[in-house]
Amino acid sequence: MIWVDTIVQGILLGGLYALFAAGLSLVFGIMRLVNLAHGDLIVLGAFLILTLVTALGLNPLLAALVAIPLMFVLGWGLQLVVLNRTLGDDILPPLLVTFGLSIVIQNGLLQGFSADSQRISAGALETASIALGPISVGVMPLLTFLSAVAVIVGLNQLFYRTALGRAFRATSDDPVTAGLMGIEPNRIFAMATGIAFVVVTIAALYLGTRANFDPTIGPARLIYAFEAVIIGGLGSLWGTLAGGVIIGVAQTLGAAINPEWQILAGHVAFLVVLAFRPRGLFAKGG
Amino acid sequence: MSKPAQKWAVQTRTTASTVFAVIAVLAVVAAFAAPFFVSRSVIQDLFFILTMLVLAQNWNLLAGFAGLVSVGQQAFVGAGAYAMFALVILAGFDPIMALPVAGIFAALLAVPTAFFVFRLDGAYFAIGTWVIAEVFRLVFAQWKVLGGGTGTSLPRGTTHEMVGVPLVKELFDVKSSAAADIVTYWLALGLALATVGFIYWLLRSKRGIGLASVRDNLQAARSVGVDASRLKMIVYVATAFGTGMLGALVYVQTARISPDAAFSVTDWTAYVIFIVVIGGIGTLEGPFIGILVFFILQNLFADYGSWYLLILGLIGIVVMLFAPRGLWGLFTGKTGIQLFPIRRRLIGGQLTTSSREDTHG
Repeated sequence: MIWVDTIVQGILLGGLYALFAAGLSLVFGIMRLVNLAHGDLIVLGAFLILTLVTALGLNPLLAALVAIPLMFVLGWGLQLVVLNRTLGDDILPPLLVTFGLSIVIQNGLLQGFSADSQRISAGALETASIALGPISVGVMPLLTFLSAVAVIVGLNQLFYRTALGRAFRATSDDPVTAGLMGIEPNRIFAMATGIAFVVVTIAALYLGTRANFDPTIGPARLIYAFEAVIIGGLGSLWGTLAGGVIIGVAQTLGAAINPEWQILAGHVAFLVVLAFRPRGLFAKGG
Repeated sequence: MSKPAQKWAVQTRTTASTVFAVIAVLAVVAAFAAPFFVSRSVIQDLFFILTMLVLAQNWNLLAGFAGLVSVGQQAFVGAGAYAMFALVILAGFDPIMALPVAGIFAALLAVPTAFFVFRLDGAYFAIGTWVIAEVFRLVFAQWKVLGGGTGTSLPRGTTHEMVGVPLVKELFDVKSSAAADIVTYWLALGLALATVGFIYWLLRSKRGIGLASVRDNLQAARSVGVDASRLKMIVYVATAFGTGMLGALVYVQTARISPDAAFSVTDWTAYVIFIVVIGGIGTLEGPFIGILVFFILQNLFADYGSWYLLILGLIGIVVMLFAPRGLWGLFTGKTGIQLFPIRRRLIGGQLTTSSREDTHG
């Protein structure tokens, strides 16, 4: 029974990793940009929510709702002013600029909030649990997983059912032709990064309420997100969820054997998939 | 018209490069003689500069010349350092003798690593190398004999009995610890010379032309028979060797290791990336300029802790956005001067004065 419990916890943890990954996958899918600051942006979002909670006394959920438009504007502006300049055939500029951004965010947060561990208090929700048959499941982990599913459903609806989604797909396939059809790729990219930042804020809410965080944990979140994307296969959001679940289950199983192996077990699962299915488990197309 | 056409020839040497070669030889002689004239703290500063130069040249070869943007070179710094500690503590090696073995160990680790990361394209390669470095850190933290997660120190006095230290101690009439600093400094200088020399040789050789052609146009390079993946593999393993040996040397000097320090992305990769980007990526001269800027900034701002890294990050971003070839790129773009003659210029024939646009390399 303990193993079933461990695996269920792992699956729910996978929901968090899928939330980390969805924003990364969205931006890469549309503009082939790998944002090395992605993990640090999630941490930045968590600090923003924390600040709103402590300064205005807001409930974390409400604080996240306030943070979402702020982060959207930040993402939109960042893409328009900085990141659009780096796009092109050369992979160096986007990588090095976002790597620089990662260092800037980390050290900015260290300066503003110190290296202390923080946590967003979610009150009674933190410890609440419900019984699912023989095992009991925390409400927060369950909410995280359901939010990940909701985000993926929402993004898929956006891509395949709206005019904006058509513009995203068209720009992703061929920015020049999309431009001839009256779409401005730079504006579309800004919109996409804005939406990615909304997902980042949702991920930040759960990062901050489920466990302690500090300014230095961003890169590890980037790595989990990246592993989930690669395991799932590029271009498939449901695959990303599966990838997150695989990392999550590997981590909880690893931790059950030896607490020191938790993180390592997740990386090993990733390397195994990379060795045998380098294109991921659910890659679209050839 | 009656004048016989001159023969075409490929030339690499320039006046500036010849003058520079003379100055460089003098500078190297002065650097080797430095311990006779300067204080111990200057030697330690020079050691630090040289180690960062070796890392920067290696990373520049990877990212600037071979297009392999790695964010995980700390994997090889740490692996080399741990190999040296293991050889000294478990096998009783002299630390100096352990250096080349540590380099070979890092190079051997690079082979299975390449199997994984070379499956990832372009940008994802970067994060893949980072994952590998994390895996190395977590695995070495499990090595309980070497202190596990908290790390360990070299046995007391080990570095005082290293090859050359007693001799230097007598020659300079200094304490053992100062003599050890001089020995590690000379080794760092030797490693820096060997690294720059190797990269220069590589870029001047047939493989260098291959690398440049892969960077400029992969399809065209392949069509004339350049084996791109083999070239990249050679560069990846070679830089792992140099980076691993450097890691071992740094930790001979510090004599204390922990997984978090030895596999630190900030110390061994972030600083290095900023040095190369600010100085000028894809040039042999760039890392030298970058290291000067880095060292000056560090002396000015190091007391400000995280402000320092924040400023360094911002400078890196601004340079990448507005001067992607770095400070050296700006300079050489204005003057056409290059100190390491690695560009091939076509001279002779009808166009005796080949313009800079005709250069390749």
